[in-house]
Amino acid sequence: MTSDNDRRRGLLARLRERPAARSRGRRRLGAAVRLIAALMLAGGAYTVFAPGAQAQDNPQLTGAAAEGKALFDVSCVTCHGRNAQGVEGRGPSLIGVGAASVEFQVSSGRMPLARQEAQAHRKPPVFTDEQTRQLAQYIQELGGGPVVPQGDDLHEDGNIAAGGELFRINCSQCHAFGGGGGALSSGKFAPSLHPATDRQIYAAMLSGPQNMPVFGDNQLRPEQKADIIAYIQETLKHDQDPGGFNLGRYGPSTEGLAIFLIGIVALVFASLWIAGKS
Amino acid sequence: MKRRKFDLAATPGKAAVGVDDRFQVATPLRKLLNKVFPDHWSFLLGEIALFSFVVLLLTGVFLTFFFEPAMTEVVYNGSYAPLQGTPMSAAYASSLDISFDVRGGLVMRQMHHWAALLFMAAIVVHMLRVFFTGAFRKPRETNWIIGSLLFWVGFLAGFSGYSLPDDGLSGTGLRIASAIMLSIPVIGSWVTSSIFGGEFPGTIIISRFFIAHVLLIPGLLLALISVHLGLVFKQKHTQWPGPGRTNNNVVGERMFPRYALKQGGFFMVVFGVIALMGGLFQINPIWLFGPYEAWVVSAASQPDWYVMFLDGSTRLMPAWEINIPIGDGYVIPPLFWPTVVLPGILVGLSTMYPFIEARQRKDYKSHNLLERPRDAPARTAVGAMAVAFYIVLTLSGSNDVIADKFQISLNAMTWAGRIGLLVVPPLAYYVTYRLCLGLQQHDREVLAHGVETGIIRRLPDGRFVEVHQPLSASNGHADGHGQLDYVGWVVPKKMNRLGALGPAIRGFFYPIEKPVEAPVSPGHPPVEARPEREEIGSGESRR
Repeated sequence: MTSDNDRRRGLLARLRERPAARSRGRRRLGAAVRLIAALMLAGGAYTVFAPGAQAQDNPQLTGAAAEGKALFDVSCVTCHGRNAQGVEGRGPSLIGVGAASVEFQVSSGRMPLARQEAQAHRKPPVFTDEQTRQLAQYIQELGGGPVVPQGDDLHEDGNIAAGGELFRINCSQCHAFGGGGGALSSGKFAPSLHPATDRQIYAAMLSGPQNMPVFGDNQLRPEQKADIIAYIQETLKHDQDPGGFNLGRYGPSTEGLAIFLIGIVALVFASLWIAGKS
Repeated sequence: MKRRKFDLAATPGKAAVGVDDRFQVATPLRKLLNKVFPDHWSFLLGEIALFSFVVLLLTGVFLTFFFEPAMTEVVYNGSYAPLQGTPMSAAYASSLDISFDVRGGLVMRQMHHWAALLFMAAIVVHMLRVFFTGAFRKPRETNWIIGSLLFWVGFLAGFSGYSLPDDGLSGTGLRIASAIMLSIPVIGSWVTSSIFGGEFPGTIIISRFFIAHVLLIPGLLLALISVHLGLVFKQKHTQWPGPGRTNNNVVGERMFPRYALKQGGFFMVVFGVIALMGGLFQINPIWLFGPYEAWVVSAASQPDWYVMFLDGSTRLMPAWEINIPIGDGYVIPPLFWPTVVLPGILVGLSTMYPFIEARQRKDYKSHNLLERPRDAPARTAVGAMAVAFYIVLTLSGSNDVIADKFQISLNAMTWAGRIGLLVVPPLAYYVTYRLCLGLQQHDREVLAHGVETGIIRRLPDGRFVEVHQPLSASNGHADGHGQLDYVGWVVPKKMNRLGALGPAIRGFFYPIEKPVEAPVSPGHPPVEARPEREEIGSGESRR
């Protein structure tokens, strides 16, 4: 060990001695040359591997995505900016939001936005399903992100009872027990689930639109998402309301209104009638 | 063979004689059956509460046959598919069974709940009638206090019943109730742990609420209602002023047969309305709320309407926490003020009101005649103020539903409630006071000048005047004005009310005015023929 160390020290000393012999000017020139060479190497490598300035404007798009870009440049670019990079104070960047987000916002008519306000409202959609798919494809190819699985019926294998429990734990705080929606702060709200399709509910859970939290696949597994969708579609929408007219499923508020508007009014008229018969 | 004659018509009489021979009840019964009750539609509002209480007892007994008041965990296996296999308490499972597997169970449950809402609503409406007509004045202060207590006991009955199914909504309400109890300084934690048997929710609360809901509270209600009715019987019902009606008599119908028949009919109507609502309108869909879990709170979680004002006061209360630096520091949470102090003040003010008003007006006489709301402007205005206060709180209690459905910002709703709670009641006081004075003035004007006929006459000098129909013959007054005193009852203000045009449906909602007959029972012939008046008609046929 010691002998080995001694030998190495000797070598290092010899190496150190040689440059010391060179002049100060030569040493400086050598350093500059090495620096320039390193910079040129790094720059060259970047030029070879990184997309060029021209490539950024015209990324290689598939056919559908190219169609989507054409639509985007007409309808969305005002707020979301060139290449969906967002415009300060008008619209967020769409890089990385994924096809799920586009599908939810566009197919439910929320985008294009009518005006800037607390929250976007559901409207009749502006784009057809085909156009929505193209837009989604464009955004997906730009930056990737979550994607809704194929098919229109996403709750085939869903377990309604499990979905009900998950719904009450995760969704009813905002969307209410009947799925009719509820108020959030400052004019924001959780919308009614009744007009939503399977794909829209799935897309909303994946992308967390507006004020909704994201329920990614590690919070709610795809099977659990199917369960929740099954509960919403099969129970909340198709429940026959065994008790009669459901009064909008707003809970005790409308029940209180009903007892005065129907019960008390009917009985006051009855008492007027009975007392009048004298 | 001689046939024995059976006289059917004489049977009831014979039976009555037989009963009286044995029990000697004719004299007391005659007094009872001849007791006279004044008749006015507004006197029937309390009956709505009484009759819905009867419906509550009937439907409630049915529900106890199937309800299991236990918090033991079971796995639901009934016929409501979306909850099959879900673990839940036995109480919730049996409530689901009542709703889905017991024949007629759901309609009974819904009738019970609607009847409860109606009970409380009728109590409030009846209380408003009593308040605005001054029926609570001496000698009836005790009955006013009992009535106010009935509201609060009904409140407890409603809340304990609402909690029994142990669904997601009622569990949330129970959690809030436990928080309210915890907020009481010093004794709060002891109160909560003794009621819940430890930490919320424990395992005993449903059983305790059950016995309170089916035995203790109904017993208390029944006792209070009996005293309430007994006092009405003893002190006699108040009546409106009118022809032949004084502070010392009661004009109306005998208890038997007319009054009893009418009340029997009215009970059927109340029962019918409750049954219709129970069958047509879904109330408290517990199967959608799911079993109670501490982590499940739905949007639009509200209590029933009569508790909503407390929810509203809580929502409006700013987060003012009082820290008292004793020992490790003592905190009075803001929840304490709107949910414990405020109801305390309301109970005190409402029960003491008859005495406060008597002191204010220096009026310690007995009153058996009612006052029209306009004749006591200060009382009416105070009542309007209280109603406005209550309505602002109740609307604030459901402000999230209102905000969502009418697309208003929830923050704006909260601030509107805060400002409204301070601004609207005084405004209601002022507006009501002025309305009362205006109505009083108009009554006096009609008494002095007569009813506006709508007939415009042109005088020879070209002036136009409206012809007024004086209410009495002019007693030597050159201008045709008579001297009529206001007697505290309706002054006719339209020609129709003077008989110019009969009501479209005779006697359907309003009795036809028969001043001469009024002092006696309508069944009797008039004491004296009504003097013929020359009518000012429209020329059309009466029919």
